[in-house]
Amino acid sequence: MLGKLSWSDIPIDVPILVGTFAGAAIAGLAVLGLITYYGKWGYLWKEWLTSVDHKRLGVMYIVLALVALFRGFADAIMMRSQLALAYAGNPGYLPPHHYDQIFSAHGTIMIFFMAMAFMTGLMNVIVPLQIGARDVAFPFLNSLSFWMTTISFVLINVSLFIGEFSQCGWLAYPPLSEQQFSPGVGVDYYIWAVQLSGVGTLLTGVNFFTTIVKMRAPGMTFMKMPVFTWTIFCTSVLIMLSFPILTVALGLLGLDRYLGMHFFTNDGGGNQMLYLSVIWGWGHPEVYILVLPAFGAFSEITQTFSRKPLFGYNTMVYATCSIMVLSMVVWLHHFFTMGAGANVNTFFGIMTMIIAIPTGVKIFNWLFTMYKGRVEFHATMYWVIGFMITFTIGGMTGVMLAIPAADFVLHNSLFVIAHFHNVIIGGVYFGYVAAMNFWFPKAFGFKLNEAWGKRAFWLWFVGFYFAFMPLYVLGFEGMTRRMNHYDNPEWYPWLLVAEAGAVMIALGIVCQLTQLYVSIRDRNLAENRDLTGDPWNARTLEWSTSSPPPFYNFAVVPVVHDLDAFAHDKEAGIDTRAAGSNYQPIHMPKNTAAGFFIGMFSLILGFAAIWWIWWLAAVGLIGVIATVIARSSNNDVDYYVPASEVARIENEHTRNLLAAQAAE
Amino acid sequence: MKKKILPRLSSLLCLSSAFLLAGCDWALFDPKGTVGVQEKSLILTSTYAMLLVVVPVIVLTLLFAWQYRQSNTSAEYLPKWSHSNKIEVVIWVVPSLIILFLAVLTYQTCHSLDPYRPLEEEANVKPIHVEVVALDWKWLFIYPDEGIATVNQVAFPVNTPVDFRITSDAVMNSFFIPQLGSQIYAMAGMQTQLHLVANTAGNYLGESANFSGRGFSDMRFRALALSNDDYAAWIQKVKAASEQLDNSNYPKLAAPSEANPVEYFSHAEPGLFDQIVAKYNNGMVMDKSTGKMLHVQSAMSDMNMKE
Repeated sequence: MLGKLSWSDIPIDVPILVGTFAGAAIAGLAVLGLITYYGKWGYLWKEWLTSVDHKRLGVMYIVLALVALFRGFADAIMMRSQLALAYAGNPGYLPPHHYDQIFSAHGTIMIFFMAMAFMTGLMNVIVPLQIGARDVAFPFLNSLSFWMTTISFVLINVSLFIGEFSQCGWLAYPPLSEQQFSPGVGVDYYIWAVQLSGVGTLLTGVNFFTTIVKMRAPGMTFMKMPVFTWTIFCTSVLIMLSFPILTVALGLLGLDRYLGMHFFTNDGGGNQMLYLSVIWGWGHPEVYILVLPAFGAFSEITQTFSRKPLFGYNTMVYATCSIMVLSMVVWLHHFFTMGAGANVNTFFGIMTMIIAIPTGVKIFNWLFTMYKGRVEFHATMYWVIGFMITFTIGGMTGVMLAIPAADFVLHNSLFVIAHFHNVIIGGVYFGYVAAMNFWFPKAFGFKLNEAWGKRAFWLWFVGFYFAFMPLYVLGFEGMTRRMNHYDNPEWYPWLLVAEAGAVMIALGIVCQLTQLYVSIRDRNLAENRDLTGDPWNARTLEWSTSSPPPFYNFAVVPVVHDLDAFAHDKEAGIDTRAAGSNYQPIHMPKNTAAGFFIGMFSLILGFAAIWWIWWLAAVGLIGVIATVIARSSNNDVDYYVPASEVARIENEHTRNLLAAQAAE
Repeated sequence: MKKKILPRLSSLLCLSSAFLLAGCDWALFDPKGTVGVQEKSLILTSTYAMLLVVVPVIVLTLLFAWQYRQSNTSAEYLPKWSHSNKIEVVIWVVPSLIILFLAVLTYQTCHSLDPYRPLEEEANVKPIHVEVVALDWKWLFIYPDEGIATVNQVAFPVNTPVDFRITSDAVMNSFFIPQLGSQIYAMAGMQTQLHLVANTAGNYLGESANFSGRGFSDMRFRALALSNDDYAAWIQKVKAASEQLDNSNYPKLAAPSEANPVEYFSHAEPGLFDQIVAKYNNGMVMDKSTGKMLHVQSAMSDMNMKE
């Protein structure tokens, strides 16, 4: 009846997990209680959970990302604490069974549910506004993507309390991840969570590619498209090219585990090298999927706060596109030590280094954007400058790893860990946080508190150096990654410094949460409100509509004449809003619960398949198919907003605007 | 060429001396064999080359941000300026030149430090052959010429190249002695090769660099680089051991164990390594010297073959 599931799979003998469960349960009940107390269930369901509005979905993605950050960081600081203790005979407080799950979960959660969700949230909020569109091309698919991502994150967290998670690292290399060596359900949790979220990501890629190609405002040719949109375009292409590879890799691994096939097993003709090649065929483009949007955000922020246009727009576009292409032909640098010949290693080493050229050019472009500008040290700009310094170092160590003969001694050491955290924290995370600070008023109509933003920056920035520079040294000292305990006295002090860095980053996260709290508390103060829709005197179209924008984004679809369309209109004295006194009815998609239900049935399917509860898996699968059929046969999916309603909303905004100008 | 460039660069960059001084007792900066020495030099050379662009970028970032800060109204402000062919040429060409230099270096070192390539520097010394098997979670070393085997300890004479043939009878591992240089994966059903040499006698850390499961952290061994006399004595010591390794007790050794102590076997079943490789390949193993597939007669083909 319950497949492999039994009472012994509930880890009531592990105090850390029981405590976590109690904490999560209390927090969850408190949230549910508050929603019930304030009678917000109907609002939540109608306005958020079933919404197909890209702005609402974007906000929910970012909330998901922050929850995932919390979980992923808890894993991180537990690992650092273990290594600060587990020295010279002390086993530390985490036995290998638990520690190995933690580092596997940390990587999986941070990449798939923190970084990917954060990025998807940002592109959702910004891209349609930036290209003058009213929504994405496929609003329902967008909602479905969100729910697939969310339920996958739920599934990963279920593994904390029912059964176990994978102990094979975030990429689950076979043969370790095969039934023979990992007979538990951990790897199955990993496979199902990543596969289901992969469906969501792939649909997002298709959706935003189509949106950018088909739905740009009239006059916005490709070379008049904002740089952030360009980076999302390239990221969408990479998602469409690489996520199917991930699906196939994990699909084959799943066939090995579920049906006893031999794609990657030691015996029966399986080949583990094939898995490495395939998984990195996805894995390397993935890091550019993450970092390109951050580059886009840095470009928008730097030009806005330097008070001049981005230096070398064309160069920036070419650099982004060449990174997109090159990122597909470098994957072998993740396994130079697998025994490939010298010529093969040389090819992939050099291809990898070549990526450093367009990336370097981008850094110079941001430098020369500041050059002869008027740089305002807004909190957002702190993250940009912190990024430029940190990322340059990370790029350098990346090129060192790209030299195969140097990689022969650095591979799989803590040097690698230091390198990719250097680029993922210093590049991706700093970029996303900067973007969140920058576009927050657009999404909510009020600004984030700057003082707490700067505190968060300094703690993250300094904390990063304390946490990860020692890891470079430890790599030089020959310490490999994923160790649970050690007895080398030379490693010990460096691991203590790294632990101190992790504590600083923890305080940085506390400052970010405080920043959110203080900003929401003070949202109605006049200096925090964004009544104009353009709080930073910015250059692109999303700032031409109100903050937060009406659900249809633009009452009148803007016409674009130039790069940085909004800056151009402001300089030319064109009031894009006044032009729309003659409003037309607006065609909009209706909200739908189909995405929510498909997600929930997928969650049931995944959970049941992990535990071999086949009847329940059938229920989940039939539920998914039935919901898809029901949704597909429903023709009542759109409606027109009457012109009078548009006029009412726009007039109200105009009144607010005039009141704000009068108050000044 | 490298030797000439290095001191010249280090005199230019104050950072480099700090880098070298601080680095002197770190394993990778304290190599004990030719391979490690060349890899250390490669790491330093590439770092210096990149610092040529990294340092200016960091300095310019801070400089521009400060010089063109909003409150500094005396600084020149060009609100429309966003393009300069001259600057664009420089920012494409300078990184390209550095990458060109590194690409040449990559090509050279990929070939000179190819782990499969016998060491030229020691070409006149007859190499020692060691067969390495990664097990859950310990290292088995077989000396085919001596007919002996050890666990978690490997010894070889100084200034003598060691020709490692590596496989796994469990999951993927990576065979790595940091102070001697390169690592390479150990994979079941396959053989990888690694050529290393120790130029200084010593007792070095060896480890698995690829996560392999529960006992991974203790999957360490010692690599003893001994004088010729000490090496001969070590061989005699192993040959005097009471334990022997053959097809009947190999499965017991191969069964998972953690923090395995050092073990000596005075006799190792001839062809054991080939049998371990072949049992995952329908009894076939490749002869690395000729590239031909050979069939191995094995008592092992029935053993351990799950499913």
